Parts: sequence; C-alpha cells; structure tokens
Amino acid sequence: MVINTKKKNLLALKNNQKHIVKTTDLSIGYASKKSSKIIASNLNIELDKSNLVCLLGENGIGKSTLLRTLTKVQPALNGSIFINTINLNEITNHNLSKQLSVVLTEKLPESSLSVFELVALGRQPYTNWVGQLNTKDIEIIENALEQTNTKHLMHAKYYQLSDGQLQKVLIARSLAQNTNIIILDEPTAHLDIHHTIETFTLLKKLAANFGKTIIISTHEINLALQLSDELWLMTPQEFITGKTNDLIENNQLNKLFTSDLIHFNKKLKQFTILNS
Amino acid sequence: MIYPIKSYHKTFIILAISLVLIFILNISLGSVFIPFKQIILALLNENTNNEAWKTIILNFRLPKAITAILVGSGLSISGLLMQTLFRNPLAGPFVLGISSGASLGVAILILGASFIGINITAFAYTNWGLAIAASLGAFLVLSAVLLAAIKVRNTMSILIIGLMFGSLTAAVISVLAYFSSASQLQQYLFWSFGSLGNLTWHEIITFLVIFLIGLLLVVFIIKPLNSLLLGENYAKSMGVNIKLTRNTTLISTSLLTGVITAFSGPIAFIGLAVPHLTKLLFKTSNHKTLIPAVAISGAIIMLICDSIAQLPNSEYTLPINAITSLFGAPIIIWLLIRKRKIY
Repeated sequence: MVINTKKKNLLALKNNQKHIVKTTDLSIGYASKKSSKIIASNLNIELDKSNLVCLLGENGIGKSTLLRTLTKVQPALNGSIFINTINLNEITNHNLSKQLSVVLTEKLPESSLSVFELVALGRQPYTNWVGQLNTKDIEIIENALEQTNTKHLMHAKYYQLSDGQLQKVLIARSLAQNTNIIILDEPTAHLDIHHTIETFTLLKKLAANFGKTIIISTHEINLALQLSDELWLMTPQEFITGKTNDLIENNQLNKLFTSDLIHFNKKLKQFTILNS
Repeated sequence: MIYPIKSYHKTFIILAISLVLIFILNISLGSVFIPFKQIILALLNENTNNEAWKTIILNFRLPKAITAILVGSGLSISGLLMQTLFRNPLAGPFVLGISSGASLGVAILILGASFIGINITAFAYTNWGLAIAASLGAFLVLSAVLLAAIKVRNTMSILIIGLMFGSLTAAVISVLAYFSSASQLQQYLFWSFGSLGNLTWHEIITFLVIFLIGLLLVVFIIKPLNSLLLGENYAKSMGVNIKLTRNTTLISTSLLTGVITAFSGPIAFIGLAVPHLTKLLFKTSNHKTLIPAVAISGAIIMLICDSIAQLPNSEYTLPINAITSLFGAPIIIWLLIRKRKIY
C-alpha cells in the first residue's frame, strides 16, 4: 500500500515536472460563512518556466482575483494550484516568498524609504532576524537596480520618483527577492506609452534572458500580442490559455470582449472598431 | 562604492550626550537648591555635606528622572509602532484610545468602587492596584480598536473608531465621577494630571521589568515592521507573518503604554509628537534606526518637560500632562501648517 502511494506520488510529480505553475479545475472567488461568490471556475493552467504571460480580460472579469489566488493572498474556492510541482497549500509563506514575488497596483503607504532601502526589503526572506544585509545581499540589490536601470536613483526617496521610475524600482525589489516567478498586477496602469513600452521590454528581457517566469495582467493588448510568449484570456464563457501566435491564428481573441463594437483583425494583429 | 545605507553614529552620539546633560540638569533642579558638586557626590553614593541632600537626590530626584526616561522612551516607541501598524501618521497611544482605556480602568477602580458598593479602597490606594487596572483597561481598548481594524480596512475609519472609544470611556468616567465622593474624585483627578514622582525604588524596579519585557518584544518585530512600510500585501509576499507581527505589536504597545499610564497617569502627546520629530531629524523610516532614536529623543523631551514642570526654584510643580500638551500640540499644528510631509 505504502509503496503504491509513493509510486503514485512519483508519477504525479513526473506529470507536473515541467510546469512551474499549474492549476487543476481551479475556482476563484470570495467565500464567506453564508455564501460564496464564484467569479471564475474550471481554470486549468500549465505554464513552463522562462515565459512572459499576459492575462487579458474585461474589467471586473476576475484578473486580479486570479492573481491574488495564485499568490496565496486569498484561498481558492476549489481545485488546486501547484508552484514548482508543490501544492500551494503546502508551501509556507516564507518558502513561497523565495519562489514567487509580486508587484502590486496598490499605493504604497507614506514613508521616507529610499530607493535602495525599498529594493533591499526584497532581501527579507533571506536576511537574519534583524534584516542585516551582507555583501552578497548588497551585490544582488545592486544587480537588481542595474537590470532595471534605476541605479542612479538609489539615494532618492521613493516618493520623489515619477510613476514610471517607481514601477521600475518596484520591479527591482521583486528581482532582489530572487524568485523564479514574478506576478505583476497591471504594472503599466498609470504609465505613458514610453514607460509602458519600457516596462514591457524589461519584463520580456527578464523572461527571455534570465529565466524568470513572469505573469502580468494588463489592458495593453497590442503590446501583449507583440511581446508575450503566452496569453491567458479570461472571457465570460471560458478561460483560454495558449501560445500567443496560436491564439491569434485560431481567432480566439475575438472571444475576449462581448461588445459588438470591436473586432480582432488577424492581419493587423489588433482590435479595430467595426463600422456597422 | 559607498555603502548606501546611511549610518547615524554622529547623531546618536550627540543625542546620547544631550541625554546625559539633561539628566544631570533635571536632577540639579528642584525646590531645594543643592550645589552641583554635592549632586555628583550623591549620585556616586559618596557622603554629602548635608545628609538631607543625599536623601532628596537618591530617593526623590533620581527615581523621578528615571521614571521620566522610561515614560518618554516607552510612549515614543509605542507611538512609532502604532504609526507603522496603522500606516497613519496620526496614530498614537493617546489618539487610539489606549490611554483612555487605562484611564477607564483606573476610574472604575477609584470611582467605581463606591458605585458598585464594594470596598476595595485599601487595595485601590496602592500603586499596584492602579497599575493592574490601567494595564487591563489599556489592553481592553487596544484589543477592541484592533478588532475593528481587522474588519475596517480604511485607516481613517480606524482612527475615528479610536477617537470614539476615547469619548465613550470619557463618558463612562463622567458618569462614575457624578456618583462618587469628592475625595475619590480628587484622587482620580490627581492621577489624571500625570505625575513622574512618588514612585519608590520597588515600584521603579517593577516598572523597569515590565518595560523591558515590552521592549524585548519590540526588538523581534523590527524586521517585519520594516516590510510593513510597503503595506500588508507586500509584507505577506515577503514571508512576513502578519498576524504574529500585529499581535506582538499589540502586546508590546499595551504593556508599555499600560505600565506607563499605570505608574504616571495618562501622559498626552509624547507618543504622537516624538516619532515625528525624530523622523524629521533622522529622515529615515528604518525601524532599526528609528526605535533607538525615538527612545532617546523621547527620554530627552520628557526630561525637559519635567524640568519645566518643576518651575525651578519654586515650591510648585505643574501637572506634567499640561506641559507635554503645551509642547506637543503646537508641534503637530506647526508640522501641519508648514505642510511638511509627515509619516
């Protein structure tokens, strides 16, 4: 019996092996004592490492809820999530913090943290009980600042930064956390087109050259189509995942919006307004 | 490459020297004039020209100065913890109703004894009775505010809830006061003025032990408090146990505020004003620097307030609470009017 279950576990491990993020029949939403509100269900994800994934969908369809569930901020209603083949429920917050880091949309509380200090907080999972940085930590922090091109801002207070600079610094913080997976919730929501493109290309570079697995929710569909390796489409009917080019070929993007006003033009690789 | 985290050794040395100087100045001042040389002799436990001077120094002025240091640093640390935990610059032991809770505990003990018809006066008149009542009251109100804080995410609402708890306890105290005798009322009123004196060495040792337990807990939450500067969600994503951090902060704050209010009465504004002054001076949010910094600054400011309260060369001692409010309120107003960013 014992050997049997062990074999089963091994088999399960093998099946999951390649996928850095995997979900099976995941349902997300909000549960309270009286009732639960399911926002989306039957979400099946099989994601390999070193990919840039864009999560697309209408406002209010549950993109943030999905990301919050994947990052263990809120519990799944049903189904399971595997990070590096281990069930998310069995990973402690501390261990998870070494595998998965986040960049959130929420406004930071007021403080006089400097850019260096803010990025240095990313080392918290690795530092001792008072948060002492050693030379290796400082090297990693400097690397993160260099990769995001923010080293010159090191001594500035974070509240002096522009939105574009702050976004790069927050990405640097998650790089300092040294995780394989980075999840970003609408990282370009407040940015102009220049900084949006800069952020996207930075994320693309991190995925392609540094083996990071990056998941972002975004409304920048055109950029997502050009730069992402994979798309997750949340539509009212279904949850579609796949290689970006395949989804374009198969006309899946048209399912994204219920509106009759726009249509996905396969040739132009973008949404266009329909003339009725 | 320059190490990018500033070191504050210089500022700390200046603060420490100021603390020692003000400590000695505080001991030199009082209703009885004692020559400086004799004060030093007394502090070193050598014989002085006048035996009474030694008694005054060792049994009155020294305990009072030590109490001032404990009160000032403890309240300032509590204020800093509250400001980080609630992510609100206006949080502090007084604003969040914790001191009111302690007042309620003492009021119930002093004023309520007759109200419910039980004679516990003998116990109530000891400092111990006051200490226990104040600590219980502080813990109760802080827990209630914190329960509300878990339900209500908006920090502004939490602050208002804290203020409401304050008014609620004030109302209960008024009712109790209405039904109590003049002598009980007077005893309560004197307690509420705040006082750094009147503590025996025994009491100071108890004070110190509870204070140090509270302080020890604070040392363990330095790192999670720093991650909370980015908000709860980021802190969680960096592996911080939010619940444990919040509870540790709650317990250490109520221990510090509770024991201080118990032995010295509700002392206003120090907990709110000192962290802001310190942050202006140090320009950092790192708790590893800020916690010792607010502790020293708080002690210095409390000693200054106490020196003023004694009205040098006169027999009168003003209520310490009046002095801290006279000093604290204008600073907060000044900070807001100058539109300095306060954190």
